[in-house]
Amino acid sequence: MATPKRGKPRRTGDPPWMAPALGAAGIMGFLLLWEMVPRVGMVDGRYLPPASEVILAAIENLGGGDFWQAVTDTMQAWAIGLGIAAVSATVLGLVIGMSPFLKRYTHSTIEFLRPIPSVALIPLAVLLFGIGMESALLLIIYACFWQVLIQVLYGVGDVDSVAMQTAQSYGFSYVQRIRDVVVPTVLPYFMTGIRLGAAVALILAITAGLVIGSPGLGSSIARAQQGGAITNMYALILATGILGVLINLAARAVEKRVLSWHTSVRGELAA
Amino acid sequence: MSIFNRVISPVLALVALPILLIGAWWIYTLNSTSFFVPEPVGLVETFISTWITGERLTADVLPSLRRLGMGLALAIVLGILLGLLIGLNRTVRALTEPVFEFFRALPPPVLIPVLMLLIGVGNTMQVAVIVSGCIWPILLNTIEGVRGIDPVQSETSRSYGISGFSRVRYQILPAAAPPIMAGVRQSLSIALILMVISEMFATSSGLGFTIVQFQRSFAIPEMWSGIAVLGIIGVTLSFIFQFVERRVLRWYHGLKEVENAA
Repeated sequence: MATPKRGKPRRTGDPPWMAPALGAAGIMGFLLLWEMVPRVGMVDGRYLPPASEVILAAIENLGGGDFWQAVTDTMQAWAIGLGIAAVSATVLGLVIGMSPFLKRYTHSTIEFLRPIPSVALIPLAVLLFGIGMESALLLIIYACFWQVLIQVLYGVGDVDSVAMQTAQSYGFSYVQRIRDVVVPTVLPYFMTGIRLGAAVALILAITAGLVIGSPGLGSSIARAQQGGAITNMYALILATGILGVLINLAARAVEKRVLSWHTSVRGELAA
Repeated sequence: MSIFNRVISPVLALVALPILLIGAWWIYTLNSTSFFVPEPVGLVETFISTWITGERLTADVLPSLRRLGMGLALAIVLGILLGLLIGLNRTVRALTEPVFEFFRALPPPVLIPVLMLLIGVGNTMQVAVIVSGCIWPILLNTIEGVRGIDPVQSETSRSYGISGFSRVRYQILPAAAPPIMAGVRQSLSIALILMVISEMFATSSGLGFTIVQFQRSFAIPEMWSGIAVLGIIGVTLSFIFQFVERRVLRWYHGLKEVENAA
């Protein structure tokens, strides 16, 4: 444990730039380590090129059309897959969640289908769609659909029954009840589902490229590896990780934006 | 009526939709000769002859499950230990956080070609792939859990002179358990994905390899039965996890119930 100063046990006195500065130092340290390990010869430089070479290759990639084509392909599959999954899961989730009968009778089926790993569908995707983008879409939609559906179902289950009954007594129609009572409660859950789904969708977009060869960053990585272009392979992996970070940041920003009225976000800002 | 309410109605709720779906599937296969859609009875026969009475169970399924178990266990132990060490120290936490965020955002399957180069193809590489993919949610959730501990709780245990190992055992671990379990749940599905893909990529045995083999030789019913095996493993894993979680977090769920009732 860090030695606590008397009267200030939580050390709230750290300047605000402290954490980002330490974080930057951590990244530098990691890159330095990566640079040293192959240079010193702990790992064969052919298999793990030093950080500087990989970063140079990654920057070089930024100027090439092939790289951007791969990024576009990956992101296209990501966006379409996530979109279809989100819309269908939300509609189904609302309909099932608002009917006790449907909820009861679909529970076992949902709980059985949900844990099936979407990569189990890879052979099926190959048979049906070959190496086209549709294969990637099949995997992405299957994986994201459950993430969103489960969250929407939780959300509908969380709707205040008094609010619901009040709306009913005031003669709200089905659509009005969804719009004015259910959606505000479900929205935070839905956003969590989208955030999780966005990360999962990227994993599967890349996986489909790696394993099936559908166009995108994944297949570029597989080609670089098979062709022995190891430095470029690492550069592409680096780009994939950065893409993942960007997607996470964007998802969190959207969540904050959409839920700015909600207590979970307001509380975070006030603290 | 009461028997209906207590026994028949829940059972009906459990099986009605699956029976309907399987029925629809069966009727569909009766008057269709689609190459891709096997008929249910034949699929069950193929399933039994391929996976249960055949050698595949010991030759492919068990080694895959062993790798899965080893990888997950290592990832959980390492993740929690490292998470505790890092979470308890503010400076180390700030130092490592961005690097860890990068690794968490990195889609785990891209680690397969890297580890193939560094370790070579084999059992060790597959376990390493599972560990290196699964450790991040657990590690980051442990750090987050340790950071989010109620300061009053920490100060109380300090006043009572609870420190060192017993503080970790009796205060920190239980308090951080809910986020840690959430991390483990995320890594379960990652582990399964990585187990399958690493076998599709670079082995000559294991479930993933066998299923791709079936697909390449157009053994469609066998391929479907393999997909079913993966599904069963996924469902079983999630049941085991739910059981363990309910035991580990029994106090937590109880607490939530009390809070919600109030």
